[in-house]
Amino acid sequence: MANALVNVPPRARRGEIIEIKTLISHPMETGYRRSQLGATIPRDIIRLFVCTYNGTEVFRAELHPAIAANPFIVFSTVATESGTLAFQWTGDNGFSATESAAITVD
Amino acid sequence: MDLDTSRRAFLQAAAAGLGIAVIRVAPATATPAAMDEAVRKVVGASKVSKGRVTLELPPLSENGNTVPLTVSVESPMTQAEHVRAIHIFTELNPQPDVVSFRLGPRAGRARVSTRIRLANTQTVTAIGELSDGSFWSTSAAVVVTLAACLEDA
Repeated sequence: MANALVNVPPRARRGEIIEIKTLISHPMETGYRRSQLGATIPRDIIRLFVCTYNGTEVFRAELHPAIAANPFIVFSTVATESGTLAFQWTGDNGFSATESAAITVD
Repeated sequence: MDLDTSRRAFLQAAAAGLGIAVIRVAPATATPAAMDEAVRKVVGASKVSKGRVTLELPPLSENGNTVPLTVSVESPMTQAEHVRAIHIFTELNPQPDVVSFRLGPRAGRARVSTRIRLANTQTVTAIGELSDGSFWSTSAAVVVTLAACLEDA
């Protein structure tokens, strides 16, 4: 299971813009490298990252091989209501990882 | 006069030779033309204006395998006027696309950070797509000391 880290502030005021940091361990193999025997190493990357806030999509990133290994993405969203932020990464070779964080909005 | 023409002819021949050399090298990486094509795929026939987008990249990067990038677009981020997407492209990576971020009014602020790979010293371009259908862009040059994608596994 992939190791995903998300940083969401636990509390926020209503309407406040919160910053969300996400990091996931993944080699992001580009498909352009060769092994010492000269064979191409097949591509293995995360293609898509989606963040949903109480079921509504608020952010999405379509990744390509030019994203560094262990994709790190920082973005923001408006704290509208208390609930759950769900994060999902999907990629090559059936890769899928999810993570979630709770937020309390005053 | 005669000397001048021959000089011109020589320069033209030299330029042609250079052109061939560039074309021969090109297949290993994407070219600025390939980047333009990738950009066209995103923007379609729309005009891309300069400005409104800010791209923060280190001017010199020791390691092309992980280059911090922050991109932001000036926008009030309201329902009526917001940034729909931000796309990042490179000129000389094996493939011009880097990442596309999809935002909306719920983002609050059009500012995203990530880490990218750069195969070479090159120019990185960011394009912001606004809710009114307009496109804005900016570019930043990065000098890369150790290129990504070259090391063997």
